[in-house]
Amino acid sequence: MKRLLFIPVLVWIVATLAFFLLRVAPGGPFDRERAPASKEVEAALLAKYHLDEPLWRQYLRFLSGLARGDLGPSFKYRHHSVNDILAQALPVSLTLGCLAFGTALGIGIPIGFLGAVHRGRWPDWAGSFLVLLGVCVPTFVIAPLLVLIFGLRLGWFPVALWGSPAQVVLPTFALGLYFAARISRLLREGLSETLRAPFILTARAKGLGEFQLLLRHALRPSLLPVVSFCGPMLADLMTGSFVIEKVFQIPGTGAFFINSFFSRDYPLMVGLVIVYSTLLLVLNFATDLAYRWLDPRVRHA
Amino acid sequence: MRLPAPIPPAPVQRPGAFFFSSPLLLLGFLPILLLLSACRPLPPADLVLHNGREPETIDPHLLTGQADGRIGSALFEGLTRFDPVTSLAIPGLAERWQISPDGRTYTFTIRSNAAWSTGTPITSADVVWSWQRAIDPRTAADYASQYFYVVNGEAICTGTERDLTRLGVSAPDPRTVVVQLVNPTPFFLELLASRVFAVVPRTAIEQHGDHWIRSTPLPCSGPYTLESWRVNDRIRLRRNPHYWDASNVRSTTIDVLAGDSAHTALNLYLSGDVDFVIDKDMFPTELADALSRRPDFHRYDYLGSYFIRLNCTRKPLDDPRVREAFARVVQRDRIVSRITRMGERPITHLVPAGTGGYQPPIGLEPDVDRARQLLADAGFPGGRGFPVLEYSFNAETKLHENIAVEFQQTLRDTLGVRIELRPLEWKSYLNNMSKLDYDLMRSSWIGDYNDPNTFLDLFLSSGGNNRTGWKDPDYDRLLNEANSTLEPTRRFDLLRAAETRLLRQGIPIIPLYSYVGFYALDTNRVSGVHGNLLDEHPFWSMAREPRPARR
Repeated sequence: MKRLLFIPVLVWIVATLAFFLLRVAPGGPFDRERAPASKEVEAALLAKYHLDEPLWRQYLRFLSGLARGDLGPSFKYRHHSVNDILAQALPVSLTLGCLAFGTALGIGIPIGFLGAVHRGRWPDWAGSFLVLLGVCVPTFVIAPLLVLIFGLRLGWFPVALWGSPAQVVLPTFALGLYFAARISRLLREGLSETLRAPFILTARAKGLGEFQLLLRHALRPSLLPVVSFCGPMLADLMTGSFVIEKVFQIPGTGAFFINSFFSRDYPLMVGLVIVYSTLLLVLNFATDLAYRWLDPRVRHA
Repeated sequence: MRLPAPIPPAPVQRPGAFFFSSPLLLLGFLPILLLLSACRPLPPADLVLHNGREPETIDPHLLTGQADGRIGSALFEGLTRFDPVTSLAIPGLAERWQISPDGRTYTFTIRSNAAWSTGTPITSADVVWSWQRAIDPRTAADYASQYFYVVNGEAICTGTERDLTRLGVSAPDPRTVVVQLVNPTPFFLELLASRVFAVVPRTAIEQHGDHWIRSTPLPCSGPYTLESWRVNDRIRLRRNPHYWDASNVRSTTIDVLAGDSAHTALNLYLSGDVDFVIDKDMFPTELADALSRRPDFHRYDYLGSYFIRLNCTRKPLDDPRVREAFARVVQRDRIVSRITRMGERPITHLVPAGTGGYQPPIGLEPDVDRARQLLADAGFPGGRGFPVLEYSFNAETKLHENIAVEFQQTLRDTLGVRIELRPLEWKSYLNNMSKLDYDLMRSSWIGDYNDPNTFLDLFLSSGGNNRTGWKDPDYDRLLNEANSTLEPTRRFDLLRAAETRLLRQGIPIIPLYSYVGFYALDTNRVSGVHGNLLDEHPFWSMAREPRPARR
């Protein structure tokens, strides 16, 4: 539980680093192709967003906002606060991320399982082939292909946008496929390893049925590598994918990760860094809890 | 290494129960709950437009982007507005006006039925207050410089005059607005159609400050009102029932989608989810060859120029002979036929032909022999001893890089001069341009109004957008003289003389081509869209045709 207390401290350190590192990049949020109408206009704009203050004061202002849960105004989207934007975009990315996570597990675990059980036979080969495809073909190829085939040619699913359940299908698959492939690989290796362990021999000698042996005794310890991969994977998925959100025009947080840097939208970027690091730390913590639950060796150590 | 056999799990479970008790599976239910909460689809709109990038602001006085401007114009109107066919100014909130013989006093009469979307009448006091707000430096409007033509506009914007009421606009009675100009400004009515002159609601702004645009009810002066807004998704507009011309606003609800992938925009158009992709940047130029053969492809001239800036403060570019040599070798025909490929017009001048009826002069025509001679005269025969210069460009699109490579090869092959390419991220690019931290730089300019002055005033010695280090008092004098001349022919002659100076003596820039606009539009599906020089497409004139034709 002590680790839980460290999470806010770590998030604060990361946010501070982000706050200062962003200011190193050349150019400012209000640099445009057109010169400002006058020096006074430019000064008024900077003053409005406190960019004329010394950096340490801006940092204190940021900290006091943070303490109140206020991440400040977005410099780029000038009618929205960072809290506003996150409140709109995060649920979208969380939904898509969780669905893709479910898809990844739903596809990855059975394929990995069959691969290990039928090691060296055709289900293994077929599975490995799919996995290879999933890992090697990048999302920015898979996603447009899915759109082309199932959206434009066959007309089964909408080509983009977000709102109806049908619109969720293609982005979920496009996002989940890569992770499904990684999971099935991890499980196949894990389970093959477990099946060679002496306790499996013992269980077989005891006369345990094959089905029960695989599901109850072998699968559980074999999930450990999958679980340790799940924490960071879930954090990745839930904070949105730049490519998927761009291809499917989804109003999530993924696009902001890239664009807020290019537009020098400091508060939005720092806000996203805080969200991402919090998710990552919390999920890593959850992964450790899952470890304890799955592996008695950890529990008894 | 082998670990000792673990203690088997104690409780007896049904086979498969593991899956159901797994916390992983619990996570599986979460998305379904989230999905149910996130999916509240709006009823379909009468017209769905893809507007390009998410607007940064839709405050008509603050906005600068084209996508932002289209929404700003839908919500707020000024004394004039753009004609959807020609993009010239036509009466807006003002039904008529009188211009004094010296061209410096405009008297506008506001329509008797001009009203806010809340039903309250729009008066001349609203116009005066809106203009004072736009020019107030504290508002920080980027386009405040458009008010410099109005008496005291520049003084207020630069802080030398603190009294906003000194701006040359007054309201002698509730329906009359009188404007005093510094010079007779022939394009003033065109200027008035731009967003920075829009009439905005005083009470909402004073009450809600920065967040006024998202307050409800939001009083709008334009053909539409703002119904909902989800960042990076869509803005829903609804017809303003109190708009003076509401009967000619053809679609009741319009969804304006935001997205930054041109390919997705095309897919949405092809699948029928979007009626019309309105933004030029949302056209996948890689597919230009295939798309330009489609019957629903449309192309039109557009008020923009692509050119190269030369840093006149750096050696050896401070020598006009070197600048002329560069300008004399560039191969515009190759660039438009092999790289841009959308039918752009190669130009040796800055102002695109046809701007406000102006005929631009001919600049420096290609002449490789003369270019070699000039370079030799400048002390670099055959390019010997010439330093390696850098050509900077913003690297978001491949286009700028391809043009850079072409220019690099041309200089090497014709003059023996070597340049290096320096791709920059957008903000660094802008930063370097304004700090004159470059040798050669890819540039462009889009006209704000239909008059050559919108291009030519860039290169005034004091101009904040000059950004080349080139200063010429004679150029300034010619331009100022032109803009205080009432007689149009004489004025254009003076502007032409100024542009000739810029292109043939000054040479701070090398013009390459003037822009074209293009869009894909099935005219059986949507009507009321017209290609025009300013690329202005007011929403009020557009509607989906009754007979929907998919694909």
